[in-house]
Amino acid sequence: MNIVPMLEAQLGFLPDPVVTTLIIVLKILCIVIPIMGCVAYLTFAERKIIGYIQVRIGPNRVGPRGWLQPIADALKLLTKEVVIPSGANRFLFLLAPILALGPALAAWAVIPFGSEMVLADINAGLLYILALTSLGVYGIIVAGWASNSKYAFLGAMRSAAQIVSYEIAMGFALVGVLVAAGSLNLGEIVEAQRGGMSIFSWFWLPLLPLFVIYFISGVAETNRAPFDVSEGESEIVAGFHVEYAGMAFALFFLAEYANMILISGLSAVLFLGGWLSPLPFLSGIPVVGLLFVDGIHWFVFKTLIFLFFFLWFRATFPRYRYDQIMRLGWKVFLPITIVWIVVVSAMVVWQVPPWFDGA
Amino acid sequence: MSTVTSYLKSLTLWELVKGLRLTGGYLFDRKVTVQYPEEKTPQSPRFRGLHALRRYPNGEERCIACKLCEAVCPALAITIESEPRDDGTRRTTRYDIDLSKCIFCGFCEESCPVDSIVETRHFEYHGEKRGDLLMTKAKLLANGDRFEAQIAADRAAESRYR
Repeated sequence: MNIVPMLEAQLGFLPDPVVTTLIIVLKILCIVIPIMGCVAYLTFAERKIIGYIQVRIGPNRVGPRGWLQPIADALKLLTKEVVIPSGANRFLFLLAPILALGPALAAWAVIPFGSEMVLADINAGLLYILALTSLGVYGIIVAGWASNSKYAFLGAMRSAAQIVSYEIAMGFALVGVLVAAGSLNLGEIVEAQRGGMSIFSWFWLPLLPLFVIYFISGVAETNRAPFDVSEGESEIVAGFHVEYAGMAFALFFLAEYANMILISGLSAVLFLGGWLSPLPFLSGIPVVGLLFVDGIHWFVFKTLIFLFFFLWFRATFPRYRYDQIMRLGWKVFLPITIVWIVVVSAMVVWQVPPWFDGA
Repeated sequence: MSTVTSYLKSLTLWELVKGLRLTGGYLFDRKVTVQYPEEKTPQSPRFRGLHALRRYPNGEERCIACKLCEAVCPALAITIESEPRDDGTRRTTRYDIDLSKCIFCGFCEESCPVDSIVETRHFEYHGEKRGDLLMTKAKLLANGDRFEAQIAADRAAESRYR
């Protein structure tokens, strides 16, 4: 990242605070714009992959092989009218989508894309993530309440209860990670996973139950199938966003998919060693070896794997019944995480090789 | 199944992995989508599409205004009025089928004693105005003239079963 000092030199005629602000804004744009693009093409990938799993072709009419489909969708949503129901609270109704999308994007500030590529290298990164991912639920609750519609309200209530429950299991899974890594800084968590056995020194192996529970809770947190009771088309129409149209609806859509990418990216950082290469010993090979160097491409690749799982789950599993969701969260995930935190703590205290021997 | 194995199965997510393996297999399966305007599914000679009124080879219309089709129509889509013609035969003065009511059950075709009202294989039509889907006698006869070759071939192919 030696572009930054160059830019600073170019902007030398401006006062220092302005330069700092400008550079931060530029960095934010460098993160947000690709994420928005990813969100658009994630919707396309979802329709294609679910189509393929259902032995269909999926969208293939707009542009070559349907590649322009998300752009057509965005244009359609942009040009549609935002209908505000007459009984709705106008201010909150329009605030809710922003409340949903804001945290989903803000959380990206601390995600390390590469060893130096992080917007805010703060030490409380994991706490920040935990706080922001739970803030997203406010958008849903406010949307459900402000819509003045019983379906929206039911969806919001379900979503609130579900997210609060899974937040706990997720939090405990993260506690396991921070015990293992000894840091809340996401960059240091990735570095803690560097070891002689490449793929087997990453945290997914010693923390396997926490890894599985974290990802499943992540699916529940983003209200994705099979935990999509807050939308539940067959029960409560569309749940919390039933009254939304046009761009306001599109913002909820963006938020959901940005959250999916965030959870996938986090799983990659926390359990699959983020930007670390799985085959570092191959980096000696000329030309091809460049692929096996640590770098952002490994982070992206691992994130894509998790995103594929999100879509695969949606195409495979039927929706959970509501009481079963609660049972799973409180009676299964919570005890398992607590037990495994004890196990991890013991492994760390006794410096169990090969992961925790301090080498 | 003993309790232990059932616990083990649920903890290892065994059933879920089985499900994922099944759907994962279909991901690479051959796709069955028929891309409609370019590709079409095969059609049966008994296909029930747009209606038509047929004529005899000498140009005389077949319909004798018996009104069986009007009576049998479950959607009440057919309206017929008739009068004797100058040569003494009974003929329809009005024969309307409201396609927005029609359910394409084919009963009119079944009931017709002279094979006059038929449903053709043609199904790619549309209406841009309200009246466009109200088929009048003139429109139906025109359909019959347009598709007569196909209609006659289909009736001949199916004659064994009629």
